[in-house]
Amino acid sequence: MTMIFLVRGKANGEVLKLDEPLSFWGGVDPETGEIIDLRHPQGGMSVKGKVLMMPFGRGSSSGSSVIAEGIRSGSGPAGIIMMEADEIIALGSIVADEIYGKAMPVIVVEKSEYETYSTGDQVVISEDGITLS
Amino acid sequence: MTVNLSEFDQSCLDGQEGPAATSAMRVIVRLAEAMKATELLDVTSAHIDSCLYHGPAVLDFAKWLEDQGAKVTIPTTLNVSSLDLIHPDLYRGDEDWGVQARLLMDCYERMGCKPTWTCAPYQLEERPKFGEQVAWAESNAIVFANSVLGARTHRYGDFIDICAAICGRAPAAGLHLDENRKGDILFRVDGLNDSLLDRDVFYPVLGHLVGKNSGNGIPVIQGLPDGVSEDRLKALGAAAASSGSVGMFHAVGSTPEALTTEEAFSGSDPTDVIDVTPEKIIAARDELSTASDSRIGAVSLGTPHYSVQEIKKLFELFDSESVNPEVNFYVSTGRDVLAEASLRGFVKPLEDAGVIFVTDTCTYITPIMEAVTLPVMTDSAKWAYYAPGNLGVEVIFGAVEDCVASGISGDLSVDSKIWVDG
Repeated sequence: MTMIFLVRGKANGEVLKLDEPLSFWGGVDPETGEIIDLRHPQGGMSVKGKVLMMPFGRGSSSGSSVIAEGIRSGSGPAGIIMMEADEIIALGSIVADEIYGKAMPVIVVEKSEYETYSTGDQVVISEDGITLS
Repeated sequence: MTVNLSEFDQSCLDGQEGPAATSAMRVIVRLAEAMKATELLDVTSAHIDSCLYHGPAVLDFAKWLEDQGAKVTIPTTLNVSSLDLIHPDLYRGDEDWGVQARLLMDCYERMGCKPTWTCAPYQLEERPKFGEQVAWAESNAIVFANSVLGARTHRYGDFIDICAAICGRAPAAGLHLDENRKGDILFRVDGLNDSLLDRDVFYPVLGHLVGKNSGNGIPVIQGLPDGVSEDRLKALGAAAASSGSVGMFHAVGSTPEALTTEEAFSGSDPTDVIDVTPEKIIAARDELSTASDSRIGAVSLGTPHYSVQEIKKLFELFDSESVNPEVNFYVSTGRDVLAEASLRGFVKPLEDAGVIFVTDTCTYITPIMEAVTLPVMTDSAKWAYYAPGNLGVEVIFGAVEDCVASGISGDLSVDSKIWVDG
């Protein structure tokens, strides 16, 4: 099993697995965590406190700012799991870690691992990886 | 994996270049690790997206750098912000939000960035040359720099842009490197009539389709006329970076790393081949509208910021007519472009006709537009993509010719013949 931490951190939460990639800027309300991209299949749902899964990142550069703001305010996801590295997402968490000492784990896993989790699963992310709880 | 640091990189980390360089270099190295870069490289310019206010975190970050004495060391331009400093009365948002947004803008200026306030820095006089390594953020500017200028930037988010500007260094990874710039997916434009390919409105629609179908790969578009204009490539790239993750595309015969299809793929085979048929183009066009109505409430053009050529075209399309009093007609552009368009005599007649020019920001990122219940019409696929979520408006996508005709009459006017028989 190959697992790469783009940003290390701990999280504990319910999985929300997105059917399509999501641009955080223009896609998530940074104050509430609601998915405001109405073209997105999960539009209207909330990312707050969720372990968010999506295949890869998408869209605006400002996504980093929305991620950092979500970590600051607590309305963002608890962690993000993808199949491809995404620098825009990683940056938001790196900066929140640098300025607030709060990192949100951002993890890249292989497809086989990605497919073992579904929406509603409770997972724990630690230094050792992801475990179902 | 560890990143091999140069003597300069290490001296930044060790504090010899001052505390701000230490903090900036820490962020760069952490990102380099995430990108699996083995080293950093020099960058010669930066374009900063971090100057747009999204809440306290972005201001905390900018102050954190400034308080440590941060100054940029390479030419650095600023992206759109939340305010129009030239037309401040246009801002209709929360007062405190406006105050915070201004603090953020001032902070970046004090760090030595040029107050260009445009999402189209490639329309400024000084822009990167072919092969130049830069650190640009703002998804449409990234695509343009890589694809049209042949400069090299990775798909950067906020924060790293200013860190790179402070240290003059960025991770040697991603689209900075030759091996990551070759095409992945081939889009064959075939069976579309030539007159449609010669219309501005075709390019953002094509971009929307390409972005949606490219995953995180690099698309190669074959079958366009040679020498597609910069404005059309701008619209294509901005659309593809909104509907997808595109940081670079090749348009065979137009972009500098794609004189031929073979060159664009560097001799490899495409991972996928997609035929761009008239049916797919019409479906992509229809996806850009959320509503249909007989009347419109507003028009918004200039996402990304309109060029001088686009303002000139608008001037010609208005042809002494005026905007309907029940319609608000906005055009977003950069302050430098507005100044040049003014000198050339296009701006005053358009303002007299009722056109509202917006600079330094854009109508879909900050409260500028008057509330409308009727749909807003736009010629921008990027605006059409984001505005419904950001502003809660209904949108109708159309050609600039249709936007002007509808803005003059107040009635929706769409020339749908161009999609079928040219």
